[in-house]
Amino acid sequence: MFTQGIRIIQLTSMTRKEPFFWITISCGVVIMAFILLPLIQMITAPSLAMMGETIQDKDVVRSIWLSIYTALSAAGISFLFGTPLAYILARTDFTGKRLVESIIDLPIVIPHPVVGIAILSVAGKNHWLGQIMYELGIRVMGSVTGIITVLTFVGMPFYINAVKDGFESISPRLENVSRSLGASMFSTFCRITFPLAWRSMLVGFIMCCARAISEFGAVVIVAYHPMIAPVMIYERFEAYGLKYSQPVAVWLICLCLALFLILRLMALPKKGGK
Amino acid sequence: MIRTEGLNIHLGEFHLQDISLAIKKNEFFVLMGPTGAGKTVLLEAIVGLVAPRSGKIFIDGRDITRLPPERRGISIVYQDYALFPHLSVEKNITYGVHFHHIDKDTAHNRFSRLIDQLNISHLLKRYPGTLSGGELQRVALARALMVSPKVILLDEPLSALDPNFREEIRHMLKTLHETSHITFLMVTHDFAEALSLGDRAAIMNQGRIEQSGCIQDIFNRPESTFVADFVGMKNIFSARFSSKSAQVEDLSFEIPSPHPNPTGYLAVRPEDIIISHTCLDSSMRNMFKGTVGRIIDQGFSYEIHVISGGVLFKSLLTKSSLIELGIKEGLEVFISFKASAVHIF
Repeated sequence: MFTQGIRIIQLTSMTRKEPFFWITISCGVVIMAFILLPLIQMITAPSLAMMGETIQDKDVVRSIWLSIYTALSAAGISFLFGTPLAYILARTDFTGKRLVESIIDLPIVIPHPVVGIAILSVAGKNHWLGQIMYELGIRVMGSVTGIITVLTFVGMPFYINAVKDGFESISPRLENVSRSLGASMFSTFCRITFPLAWRSMLVGFIMCCARAISEFGAVVIVAYHPMIAPVMIYERFEAYGLKYSQPVAVWLICLCLALFLILRLMALPKKGGK
Repeated sequence: MIRTEGLNIHLGEFHLQDISLAIKKNEFFVLMGPTGAGKTVLLEAIVGLVAPRSGKIFIDGRDITRLPPERRGISIVYQDYALFPHLSVEKNITYGVHFHHIDKDTAHNRFSRLIDQLNISHLLKRYPGTLSGGELQRVALARALMVSPKVILLDEPLSALDPNFREEIRHMLKTLHETSHITFLMVTHDFAEALSLGDRAAIMNQGRIEQSGCIQDIFNRPESTFVADFVGMKNIFSARFSSKSAQVEDLSFEIPSPHPNPTGYLAVRPEDIIISHTCLDSSMRNMFKGTVGRIIDQGFSYEIHVISGGVLFKSLLTKSSLIELGIKEGLEVFISFKASAVHIF
């Protein structure tokens, strides 16, 4: 942190004597403390014994696993359906492209409970889509399907935007040359575009997962049960207070961090060579 | 060999209109024009990456207008080389082999011949990110030639290179063209490059072909003010013509041949105009007295503006002649040029 501060001084010729320098530094310190203090406090609050006890609770394990599993599913669905759309948005220009992009961003700005209510209003029996799903035996209300639907809804924009940026950073000329050398569009995507874009896909996947795991407001409306971890944390807080909800929260944070760390390490560029 | 018929392309702000070109087999054809003339778009249309709104493209008499790029047998080398950054030099060069069902021996022979000819055998394990401009260009050429295309399209192959590399690659292009049966179509905005490499050329401006034909002809007999200016005829005047002379403002020019129309244009190359202190006693039929206006330093030479009879002439002088003649702004001088140096259109 401090070495970076020094680098900034060199870049902007700010000297340590200037009050502005000290204002920027103190603002930075305040923000760091603001973010880290509550998290550190929460992580260190529960005793190790309590942590051990909590993880032996089958309900806790089940809800954390459900959280991770549904978030990964949402990211997987985003990958399958979002990748082609991101590619089209990155490569073509058409009338209404801005509109499509704004629609993709909508889930980011809509309040979370509203998302839940909106999804239920389509999935209910009063709606033709809900009717069809009912006949097919697909239930959204209070089911894993419902949770994944909600998480995909809120996570998809993060995946599409990240991957679109990734595709845009690849020169279309590389694809053009590949085609002129005899590769079909599909071969070109597999041999040129994908190897160059998979890192941004992974980053998009992580962002989508992260957003999905943190979702509470929309899920609680669509499916209180089966309980994902944030809902369980909320329930324990309501019923037993801070002390009982903290260990579950800590476990969720630890597992999420571990998961994201692994994915992040995979997305790091290899040293040397390229 | 390649023929385009009335090609019309609309691509965002670009409009290519009525492009008709005929390029012969095994020819080195040069497409010239200023930046933004639509040269790259035309190349991409020929490769099949941009669909024309109307018109047709033929190769060896076969209509390929609706054929996808991978089935046209046309390679393209971009100005920025567009090497695949995630593949080694070797993998870049052999990228197309897989799709062309070239048998192993042929591929191997062609590969060793190309890396030999282009002098890149020491680079095979490297990645594009670590290569210099000249090396990138040679690898890009090898990759394009590896699939033995019918035509190779080169988009400003020399413009991004250092001057010393430029000479080397220019020479290499000439050799590659002479030793292969491939038709070359090169885009450039540099007339000197075109003269040294090409057989025939077309000049493009604002999405249209202004003139096409033998490069020498374009250089000596431009058909429009744009082409005249583009090939360096800096003195272009609108003129009224009579049988043996032309009238520009107050000056009367002797011309090599009669002009078919009463009005038209007249052009003289700056290097054909001689500046002197006294009236030259020679075969120069056009001689005018004038005053030196601006003197512009162009690095290797000076552009001298001389105003005579309300007409601004531009001439070129080397630094030594400038000093020798003692040319200064406001000096009275004579300018002279042969009737054969006057180009009319």
